[in-house]
Amino acid sequence: MSTLESAQVPLADSVPSSAPVLPVTTARTTPRHSALVRITHWITTLCFLALLVTGGEIVVSHPRFYWGETGTILTKPLFKIPIPSSRSLVPTGYGYVMPDQNGWSRALHFQSAWIAVLTGLLYGIYGVFSGHFRKDLLPSKTDLSWRSFSAALRHHMLFKRPDEEEAWSYNLPQRITYLFVVFVLFPLVIWTGLAMSPGFVSAFPATVTLLGGRQTARTLHFFISIALLLFLFVHVGMVCFAGFRSRMRAMITGRISPGTEGQ
Amino acid sequence: MTDISRRKLITTGLAAAAGVSGLGVAAHLAKKYGLVPPDHGGLYGLGETLTYASQRLLTRHSLAREFSRSQISERPLPNEIAPLSDAFKRLQAGRFADWRLTVDGMVERPTAFSIDQLKSYPSRSQITELACEEGWSYVAEWNGVPLSHVLDLVGAHPQATHVVYFSIEPDWWESMDMADALHPQTFLTYGMNGNDLPVGNGGPVRIRVPRQLGYKNVKFITHLTVTNDLKKFGKGLGSASPEGGYAWYAGI
Repeated sequence: MSTLESAQVPLADSVPSSAPVLPVTTARTTPRHSALVRITHWITTLCFLALLVTGGEIVVSHPRFYWGETGTILTKPLFKIPIPSSRSLVPTGYGYVMPDQNGWSRALHFQSAWIAVLTGLLYGIYGVFSGHFRKDLLPSKTDLSWRSFSAALRHHMLFKRPDEEEAWSYNLPQRITYLFVVFVLFPLVIWTGLAMSPGFVSAFPATVTLLGGRQTARTLHFFISIALLLFLFVHVGMVCFAGFRSRMRAMITGRISPGTEGQ
Repeated sequence: MTDISRRKLITTGLAAAAGVSGLGVAAHLAKKYGLVPPDHGGLYGLGETLTYASQRLLTRHSLAREFSRSQISERPLPNEIAPLSDAFKRLQAGRFADWRLTVDGMVERPTAFSIDQLKSYPSRSQITELACEEGWSYVAEWNGVPLSHVLDLVGAHPQATHVVYFSIEPDWWESMDMADALHPQTFLTYGMNGNDLPVGNGGPVRIRVPRQLGYKNVKFITHLTVTNDLKKFGKGLGSASPEGGYAWYAGI
C-alpha cells in the first residue's frame, strides 16, 4: 500500500536518478476495471440480493422440495427446510403461519431477473468484443500447466496475501471461479427459472423436459442459488482478505489507490 | 481534456435522447398491439410489462405441455380456500341443478348456462399440470368445454379484448386477454379424471387456463363478462390479484 501511495507524487522527468525503481503499477493509465464492468457488477449485485431475498420469501410459502414433474403436500418430498411456512396448509410442525410476502416478492423477483438478464447480456456482448473475457478471465496457456496451477492453488490455500502487481489482474483460481459463475451458474439459474414458467415452456417445452420436470427444475434452481450464495460469501471474504478498501475502490472508481489512475 | 469531455457529453446526450425516444416508440407500439398488461403502473410495472409483452410475442399460439395418462397425479391437491358461502352451499345441496353461468358484456346473446347445458356441448379433455405460485404442482385430466366454444355461442364481439370471470365466492375474479380466452386449452372445466370436478378442486365449474398459474384458474365460476375496457372492473388493474399485490398475468 505505501509504495502505491507514494507513487502518485513523482513524475517521470522529475524523479532523481537515485530514486528507487517504481513498481510497474504507477505507469498504468487505464482503470483496474472498465466502467462497463464496474456498472454491470453493481447492478448485478443489487439484482442478486433482491433475487435472493425474494426467492427466500417465495420458498417460505412452500418450504418443501420434490424431484420429477409434480409434488404437493400430499406427496413425499425430496427434502424439507425446517422453517415455518406462510401457508397454513403446509405441515411444518410449528403451529404458526408466517405473513404472506409472495405478492411483492414475486414482482420484485421477476423484475430483478429481467434487469439482471439484460445487464448480463450487455456484459456478455462487451466481454466478447472488448477482449475482457479473453484477456482478463481466460487463463493463459502457461497458467494452465499443472505446475503453475498447483502453485497458484497452494498460494491460495496458504492464504498468502496478494502482492501489489496481483491487484492488477485476476489470479488463476479467481479466473476459474469467475468463469464458472458467469458461464455455468448464471446460465443454469436462468434456465431452471425459465423452466418454471408455464407460459415460456409452452413455447419451449425442452426447457423443462431436458431437466426432468417442473419440480426438478425448482429444486435445481434452489441448489444453484445456494451455490451462488456460497460464491458471494467467498467472494466478499476474499475482497476483505485482499484489502477491502483498495478492492472496493477499484470496483467503484476504477482506481486501486487514490490517484494511481492516470486520467 | 475539455474536448474529450465535450465529445463525451454530446455522445451521451445523443444516446440518451435516442434511448428515450426509442422507449417512447416502443411504448406506443406495445400499446397498439396489446402488449401492455392492465397492472403496468407502479414500482414493478416494468417487470410485469416485459414479461407479458415478451410472452405474447413468443407464446400467443403455443400449447401447454400435455402428459400421458400414467403421469396423472394420484391425489390432486384441493388447495385451501375461504369457507364456502351460504349461496354456494344452497346450490350444492341441490346438486348444482340451479347453478347458472351467466355470460354477458360485449356479446350478441347474453345467456345463462346450466351445468347440464355446458356438458351437452362437445366435451374436450386435456392432461395438463396445475402449478401454484407457491411452488407445488399436480397433473390431472381436465374435462370441459373450450371457452372459445361458449364465446362463439353467445356471439362475442370481435372488438372485445378481454374476458372477465367471477367466482360465486366474494372478491374472487380474474380476467384474461383474447389470446388466452380463445386458446384451445382454455376450458370451462366441469370434470376431472373422468368424474365430476370435486368441489375442492373448483367444482361444479372452474376456469382452466393451463399456460398460467393456479390462481388464474378461478374456482366456482358463475359469471363471465366480455369487455374491451378492464378499467371498469374493480380498481381497474384487471383483476383481484393485482389489488392484493399479485401479478395480473401469471404466465411468468
